[in-house]
Amino acid sequence: MATATEQQQGAGVHLLTGSEVMAHICRLADVDVITAYPIRPYDTVMQYVSKFIAEGDFDADYIPAESEHGQFEIVKHASACGARVFTGSSGVGWLYAMEPLAVTAGLRLPMVALVGCRALDDPGAFGTEHNDAMLVRDLGWMINFPDTAQEVIELGLLAYRVAEDPRVYLPCAIAMDGAFLTHSQATVRLPGQDEVNAFLPPYDRGDLLLHPDNPITIAPQANEDWLMEVRRQSSEAAKNSYTVLKEAHADFSKIFGTNTNPFLDEYMTEDADVVLCGVGTLSLPVKVAIREMRKEGKKVGMVRLKWFRPFPTEELRESLSRFKAVGVIDRDYSFGSPYHGGIVYNEIKAAMYGADKVPHLKGFVCGLGGREVLLEDVKQMADKVISMGQNDAADNEVDWIGVRG
Amino acid sequence: MAETSEYNIGTQELPLMGKVNAIPEKAVEEYFTSGHRTCQGCESALIMRLMAKAAGPRSIILGSTGCMYVANTTYYSTPWVVPWMHTQLGSSGSAATGTAAALRALMRKGKMKEEPINVIAFCGDGGGIDMGVSSISAALMHAKYNLAIICYDNESYANTDIQISGASPWGANTTFTPPGKKFRIMHDCWKKNIAAMYAVGHTRCNYVATADASYPADLIDKVRKALAVKGPAFVHTLDPCPKGWDYDPFYSHKLGELAVETGLFPLWEMTDAALTYTGISARQVYGKRSRKPVREYLETQGRFHHFVEEDYEYFQSEVDKMWDDWMVPGVIPFKVNDPSKK
Repeated sequence: MATATEQQQGAGVHLLTGSEVMAHICRLADVDVITAYPIRPYDTVMQYVSKFIAEGDFDADYIPAESEHGQFEIVKHASACGARVFTGSSGVGWLYAMEPLAVTAGLRLPMVALVGCRALDDPGAFGTEHNDAMLVRDLGWMINFPDTAQEVIELGLLAYRVAEDPRVYLPCAIAMDGAFLTHSQATVRLPGQDEVNAFLPPYDRGDLLLHPDNPITIAPQANEDWLMEVRRQSSEAAKNSYTVLKEAHADFSKIFGTNTNPFLDEYMTEDADVVLCGVGTLSLPVKVAIREMRKEGKKVGMVRLKWFRPFPTEELRESLSRFKAVGVIDRDYSFGSPYHGGIVYNEIKAAMYGADKVPHLKGFVCGLGGREVLLEDVKQMADKVISMGQNDAADNEVDWIGVRG
Repeated sequence: MAETSEYNIGTQELPLMGKVNAIPEKAVEEYFTSGHRTCQGCESALIMRLMAKAAGPRSIILGSTGCMYVANTTYYSTPWVVPWMHTQLGSSGSAATGTAAALRALMRKGKMKEEPINVIAFCGDGGGIDMGVSSISAALMHAKYNLAIICYDNESYANTDIQISGASPWGANTTFTPPGKKFRIMHDCWKKNIAAMYAVGHTRCNYVATADASYPADLIDKVRKALAVKGPAFVHTLDPCPKGWDYDPFYSHKLGELAVETGLFPLWEMTDAALTYTGISARQVYGKRSRKPVREYLETQGRFHHFVEEDYEYFQSEVDKMWDDWMVPGVIPFKVNDPSKK
């Protein structure tokens, strides 16, 4: 009789959670070294990974580590020795690994990690907030935010392909909304091994491989003599990631027969007057609310960013310039920042500065700590943006939606 | 029973020195060469040289933050002939595990040529006795990974200006524990008994030893045994540090000897679940050689210059306890109660 994992692993349509899809990516990508440490909600991926390994579905050295610091350091070093690696964390666990997270990017090691997005307790909270994943946005990490289990296939495989490209060699975080995506099942079409092999070449560390045949010294003391040049190279690598991602996405579309936009997911924008913007699983309530508002004659659409790093500045400027007004919904906070808005709001505002046609931009903070974003919440935000567009007047106030008191 | 630890890439056969005059004959090549900028009289640099000599060319060495990173490995003038990579202060255990795991996975899966490659991660006392304890402890659990952790202990955070660590001796004057008018002794903790702690707490770890660069043949042999044994191993070295201990660099070798001769730092190795004292320590344990007064060791160093008579006496009494009261002299710091003597 076939094992549970055998039944699940064939190409075709299955009912899977986001975490489970990520475990399948590890199997299909033939990952070599994986480390685990428990924290909700990312950790379900390791339950699936460990079961796959126990059943013999794929072969990897799988190490439950003693802390997140150890977890990320182990795979960092494995990556330097030419191993394809996977790990992950959530919330304050991700922050416990902040030191390895910083040096992994500094060392240009193509680690792929799952962030099961979670509030940074205290006070204790398991639910989704994006501040954990967003904390690596300035360090050289690429970050994507899938919104469905199906999209994890695209963004997970692209993560390995782009991270391991020698023009990039940067780590990539797959930021999955805790519970809403990590733990929610949906129908997913899993690709076959042949397609994945055609898309994803083996990881080749080239002349940077740490091996007795290539006796290099990695990460010596560079100090002010060289550090600025090293940082400049990282900046170039981050710039390259944009181009490489576009290339890789074109290959992905061809090999897997998909038809998506590499950076932006636009929904009902063709005739929209205003749009709501955001990342991750927000798209689900937003899209449903948009369908309902359309029945009332309100021309609302959505523009969702799939990748936060590299940030698709040109695509976003081109897209948002078409609308009268834009509302940016943040599932994160940036206390004391301009207009006390969220991270995505501030970033989009910066990207739009100097564009030929700049729409009015309004920020919203919503759904913190995993609080559900209700249809009424979305409609309330959309109405504010619609009225800003109709009045053609800037509204820099950042509103908290769905908050008591 | 199918275990995940079934596959082991094996270890290298490395001949032992036995005596110091065998070193020029059996281990000629240097793999830690010029280019470093450690202080005159630095015993930790000597540990690095002997460690690399012991390991040989088919090795990967990981170095956690500390003197032997900062002073040792400058861009464009690296002294390492073997592949070398920096790791974070608290992650020598993780670095060794990750490297060994990559080699094991890639060789098992046919992605890398199969051969035994030595994996060594070194750390100072900050990395091995304070911050890195949890990562080393985890590394010492995995029988499937052949790796050695070498802790070069110069008894302070010597690279950052001589601050107290969990390995600093009682009473030592460091920049974080300066003697003053109100408190003569600012550092009132006893040095951690780290090698024994790792040996006792990790039953899958088959080799733990203490060593000292004043006895180089013993040190090389202990590093080679740590590398030859299957699974993880730990070696703790005590390294006199002219800057941190405040003495003329001329006395480094002498102080290394005195640490052993006074019984303060007994030399031993644990292998196959059995403990063997080595060198002078073995003769001391079996009563063939007496211990020198610890005062001789303390008075040579500026970091103890504020000591008064009662401090020397207290220090000596604690060393005496190590030898007279401990269940295993200088190693296991308690005894078994005998209920009949109540």
